Amino acid sequence: MEEEKAREIVVPGETIENRKEFIAGEGTRKEGNEIVAERFGVVDRSTKLLKVIPLSGVYIPRKGNTVIGQVIDITFNGWFVDIRAPHLGFLTIAECGKRVIKEDLSEYYKVKDILLAKVKSVKTRSIELTMKERGLKKLDEGLIILVNPTRVPRIIGRAGSMVNLIKKETNTTIVVGQNGVIWIKGKNVENELLAKKAIELVSEKPFIEGLTEKVKEFLENEKAGWKK
Amino acid sequence: MKRPDGRSNEEFRTVEARVDVVSRADGSALFAFGNSKAIVSVYGPRQLYPQHLQNPERCLLRCYYDLASFSVPERKRPGPTRRSIEISYVMTKALEPAIKLEAFPNSVIDVYALIIDSDASTRCAAINAASLALANAGVPMKELVSAVSVGKLGNELVVDLTKEEEDFKVIKEGEEQKTTDIPIAFLSRSKKISLLQLDGKISAEELFKAIELGKKACLKISKIQERTLKKIKNIKK
Repeated sequence: MEEEKAREIVVPGETIENRKEFIAGEGTRKEGNEIVAERFGVVDRSTKLLKVIPLSGVYIPRKGNTVIGQVIDITFNGWFVDIRAPHLGFLTIAECGKRVIKEDLSEYYKVKDILLAKVKSVKTRSIELTMKERGLKKLDEGLIILVNPTRVPRIIGRAGSMVNLIKKETNTTIVVGQNGVIWIKGKNVENELLAKKAIELVSEKPFIEGLTEKVKEFLENEKAGWKK
Repeated sequence: MKRPDGRSNEEFRTVEARVDVVSRADGSALFAFGNSKAIVSVYGPRQLYPQHLQNPERCLLRCYYDLASFSVPERKRPGPTRRSIEISYVMTKALEPAIKLEAFPNSVIDVYALIIDSDASTRCAAINAASLALANAGVPMKELVSAVSVGKLGNELVVDLTKEEEDFKVIKEGEEQKTTDIPIAFLSRSKKISLLQLDGKISAEELFKAIELGKKACLKISKIQERTLKKIKNIKK
């Protein structure tokens, strides 16, 4: 049996706490003294600010998130990018990270291109993206996999420990978008597929203690299989 | 009088409830009252087109209720009918008060309910499944919604009618008396009614009794829904 920590799961409308000293955080609301869950997820009791960490759901963009998206439309002043959020992201010419001199914007980014971008601002109607920072670029080759956005923190791990382990063991470059899109680039396809397997393992089992060691074990076993 | 399947008046049929049944959907659930089975898949919140439907204040909730052509004894022609359009509408109205629609302006949440087997009370099964599927999809909700049908069979009030009971006729004082069917949906926390329909004849007093009966059954159902959500397989793995 795999060891697992006792996690408190709540459903919408369920009372989490009825003591006065607690404050309602994300995914909860206050009704009198009671703190009531508003999403289906796990309760975070690390502080007095009670939060519900959702177990499922679409990506909700925040300012500063790094995301991977696909260009789906071009207008006269920018590109519409699908970032798996409730709205489309928009990348203007000024924020595209290139000096635009040609009128035809498809010379720079075409429809179906995959872009690594950052969320500049979130407004009620639109999500503005930027590619002006270092490292933000069009992703040319590699492997794209989709995971549930709620699993992203686990895939990255504490201070990047999980993703760094997978990178090191499989000798690949991995970029994890906060929207659950992951880009893997390795020297050969075998390495990329192994990294993909490891990431899928993490996203399927997000609630196991000592997952980093398990992934390390998994990767070493797989690699030992290759040598035989 | 005994009911045809031997249940007591306050008892609903065996419930089957599961989540994550449709792999492509953002959230999905199956809910069954005996032979009435509903599969619901939820997509979104996602961008809404055409643009003139977008509401800058709140999210749009769209429900589609449909019977599978094989779900009824006589083949049902696929596609929306007068009945299914009406039920789609009442489902939307029953679910709307439980969802935090203000959180996603200009977007849409699509709820597709498909009845794969029908034996009366299908709209209640569909609402129960939709509530599970919405929670499963991670949509912010104020509370869960549970629904059950209450009927007047002869002189008695019974919970969760079957097709047999719905078509049952009593000859009383030379007059033919048909069964009255009352689907009720309750919000699990605030205990408010979000759906109340009535098909047939009933006195005002009996209607209040029927609502009380429905409330009791709905609370039991909301406990089942809670349990179903909590034993999600992702955590066991």
